[in-house]
Amino acid sequence: MSVFVHKDSRVIIQGFTGQHATFHAEESMANGTNVVGGVTPGKGGQTHLGRPVFDTVSQAVEETGADVSGIFVPPAFAADAIMEALEAGIGVIVVVADGVPVQDMVRVKRYAIGRSAIIIGPNTPGIITPAACKVGIMPSHIYRSGRIGVVSRSGTLNYEAVQQMTALGMGQSTSVGIGGDPVNGTDFVTVLRAFEADPETDAVIMIGEIGGPQEVDAARWAQQNMSKPVVGFVAGVSAPPGRRMGHAGAIISGESDTANAKMDLMEELGMHVVRNPALIGETAHRVFS
Amino acid sequence: MDIHEYQTKELLKGYGVPVPDGRVAHNVANAAKVAEELSGERWVVKAQIHAGGRGKGGGVQVACSLDEVRQITDRLIGSRLVTPQTGADGRLVQRVLVEQACDINKEYYLGLVIDRGSQRVTVIASASGGMDIEEVARTTPEKVVHETVDPAVGLMEFQCRKIAAKIGLKGKQIQEASKLMRALYRCFRDNDALMAEINPLAAVNGGRLMALDAKMSFDGNALYRRPAITELRDFDEEDPKEVKASGHGLNYIALDGNVGCIVNGAGLAMATMDAISFHQGKPANFLDVGGGASPEKVGNAFRIVLQDPNVKIILVNIFAGINRCDWIAEGLIKAMQDQKIKVPIVVRLAGTNVEKGAEMLAASGIDFIMADNLDDAATKVMAALGEQGS
Repeated sequence: MSVFVHKDSRVIIQGFTGQHATFHAEESMANGTNVVGGVTPGKGGQTHLGRPVFDTVSQAVEETGADVSGIFVPPAFAADAIMEALEAGIGVIVVVADGVPVQDMVRVKRYAIGRSAIIIGPNTPGIITPAACKVGIMPSHIYRSGRIGVVSRSGTLNYEAVQQMTALGMGQSTSVGIGGDPVNGTDFVTVLRAFEADPETDAVIMIGEIGGPQEVDAARWAQQNMSKPVVGFVAGVSAPPGRRMGHAGAIISGESDTANAKMDLMEELGMHVVRNPALIGETAHRVFS
Repeated sequence: MDIHEYQTKELLKGYGVPVPDGRVAHNVANAAKVAEELSGERWVVKAQIHAGGRGKGGGVQVACSLDEVRQITDRLIGSRLVTPQTGADGRLVQRVLVEQACDINKEYYLGLVIDRGSQRVTVIASASGGMDIEEVARTTPEKVVHETVDPAVGLMEFQCRKIAAKIGLKGKQIQEASKLMRALYRCFRDNDALMAEINPLAAVNGGRLMALDAKMSFDGNALYRRPAITELRDFDEEDPKEVKASGHGLNYIALDGNVGCIVNGAGLAMATMDAISFHQGKPANFLDVGGGASPEKVGNAFRIVLQDPNVKIILVNIFAGINRCDWIAEGLIKAMQDQKIKVPIVVRLAGTNVEKGAEMLAASGIDFIMADNLDDAATKVMAALGEQGS
């Protein structure tokens, strides 16, 4: 089955006719993703990449039966676009934009209560079930179909881990980037729960960063609820406290926020922790085989 | 983005948060004039820098005469104030805030943050004011009150009354505190703040509540819709290299090692630094070139990293998704030719157009040290450093 996106997912792109959206929609389609249309307000009725363009998400859902949306609008318009997708009943919403105001996301998460949608991002490379469905901006060619779930906050560090896996012959069931922002749509626990329930996932690699309680919360949840092994890494051992390391969420604000403190706790809670980022693949290979 | 205390107080005053009477001054004469106009017999002169712990560094002093206001201001302005948060070099003081002094009965703490656990704005309050709240939270967590705000309705009065009662406010102070907290919340919400802190919130001159010190920081991603806040930015308080880097769309943070790092993506940049540290090396910086790194951007990244005289070697680690390795290679070759770079360069390329990028580097005839993967890159950095004898 894989998680969240599958071979039969029906994908629309919000901000469809923009340059980046076009490039990545084409790449997704070339790799088997079922893109059924897109939304660009004011361009409804046109055709783009051989697919229909709609003015609103609800029109697109009505006409195409879309259940997944990739949002490619600029950060200032992201909150509105996410809420539009939520209101239209989209089940999986992927938000690529980097730089969405934090308080916008606080409001979006309030709006999402009571709607059974998964919001992935913002500031995410996206989600990919190799050879079936990709919504996002990651380079598809580094992913291989397989039975290991990957979840990470960072985009490029996700690529790094995936390449290390692929070099050792391990493929992915689904790879999810939850994004580097302090307030984000989906946390590690939600993704771990989905991987635990997925019969096509045997094990999970979780890649975190400094800042926030998410990684330790996830380890705590996994200890209680997961039968599948998890290999974990937290980036930022060498990051100084109080300095924001690129991602809005990557800042050490207290003692328990440091990478080492988190990895120590994760280890205590039963995760297989890898301390050297160059050995994520190797460690996973050893633990999982 | 951080702002100064006097700016925070002006902003808060506009929302109805009581603050002491006072104004900013840029020189001695100006400070004395402010004090004279404020009247009274005692004043507080406060150095304005973007760092906490000013009191401990002598940056906050009470003056009992206009002469003392002049003397204190003269000592502070132009000096470098060292506090527990500034590092040994301290920060240059360019202005002071002169305020009427008040008699303090009791000090409280009041703060608003975006809490990552609840993913909402949370009020933090404590009867232990004037102290480091993290320290209070660590040693006596029961003395810290938390209240989460539902963004659909905002901070409600009943929540404020609850907080006020819990930190021991009584009688009229409860209504007063409630009004103050709601004003603070409105200011926080309307200006896209990430943090607001009143420490101390003091009961002064017979019980009135007043924000004696205040600090706010704002969401850089929301500044496009907050022009009034954007104007409060003080570039003098920021590292000039970091300001220059952000002007080029690069995210740079100076550190104290000797391995310069040029990486794409914040997570991979951190992991690259971690891999170097794992091999007992010391990164000289964090640098994320971001997505869509053009050859020009790569050139600027080299310029900024090499401004640091401690840099003995540079590791370029690119995993191109939205980026392209051939653009990176073009930028690398051009930087080597234009900038007469003498330090060794270790390059690891992966992802989109990697073959093309590697071919270009090989054909350039420049002596790049090529690495196959992250571990290989870190190993080669350490080996090359070893050869330099450092």
